Amino acid sequence: MANFTPVASLIGGVLIGLASVWLLAANGRIAGISGILHGLFAQPPGDRTWRVLFLAGLIAAGFAWHAFVAPAPVREGFGLGWAAAAGLLVGFGTRIGGGCTSGHGVCGLGRFSLRSLVAVMVFMGAGMATTYVMRHVL
Amino acid sequence: MIHALGAGLLFGVGLWLSGMANPRKVLDFLDITGDWDPSLLLVMGGAVAVTAIFFRPLIRLKRIEFLEAIDSRLVAGAALFGVGWGIAGYCPGPAITALSNLSSESAVFVAAMVAGGLAAQAAAWRRRAAT
Repeated sequence: MANFTPVASLIGGVLIGLASVWLLAANGRIAGISGILHGLFAQPPGDRTWRVLFLAGLIAAGFAWHAFVAPAPVREGFGLGWAAAAGLLVGFGTRIGGGCTSGHGVCGLGRFSLRSLVAVMVFMGAGMATTYVMRHVL
Repeated sequence: MIHALGAGLLFGVGLWLSGMANPRKVLDFLDITGDWDPSLLLVMGGAVAVTAIFFRPLIRLKRIEFLEAIDSRLVAGAALFGVGWGIAGYCPGPAITALSNLSSESAVFVAAMVAGGLAAQAAAWRRRAAT
């Protein structure tokens, strides 16, 4: 547990929760990032403006963080083939499963949804099993 | 509309401050048999502590309806998502804010994520057309 960062992680989590409450209160929208992203490409096209603005804010936060707080993390030795395979699985899975860590996790658990609790347990379990295989078996 | 931009910014700052935007830290959390880093439990705990207070009254006020089905699509989708998360350490929010790293890793991941969503959508259309 050498890398445990309880204070920063807890405050960061609170900010994520506040941002989700903000989007719901002001726009009547659920801050599920996979849903916001997939909705950009849905047919028929829905309201895209708020989606683009939210995602632009998300990316701008990263640029600001690297400029003022800490440089971008660099990872060596992670192949682009793995990145592509993982991205496909995350995109496909969140589309048919109806959400990700934010939609089912932060927002779904916050409204005490049993459907979201099941999703969170399944993706946490699958993520832990996969990381075990990637780090200790392969 | 300025609210959507502001909420996105705040969400992104939360991801970076919490460590969620660093895939190495995410994988250290998922790797429970290794040198386990439980930080991300606190990210989820802090976020849900806030949404648990405000979400239900706001949802009633806004009259938003949700799917409640617990079916094979939910479980299969969550499982596939989890496998991808465990390979790369990115879920959708962190992957998108990590585009600011200007690394080929995050660009490839996000492009593939969009493609995966389109593939799921095309599969759903094909099934609807067949029935």
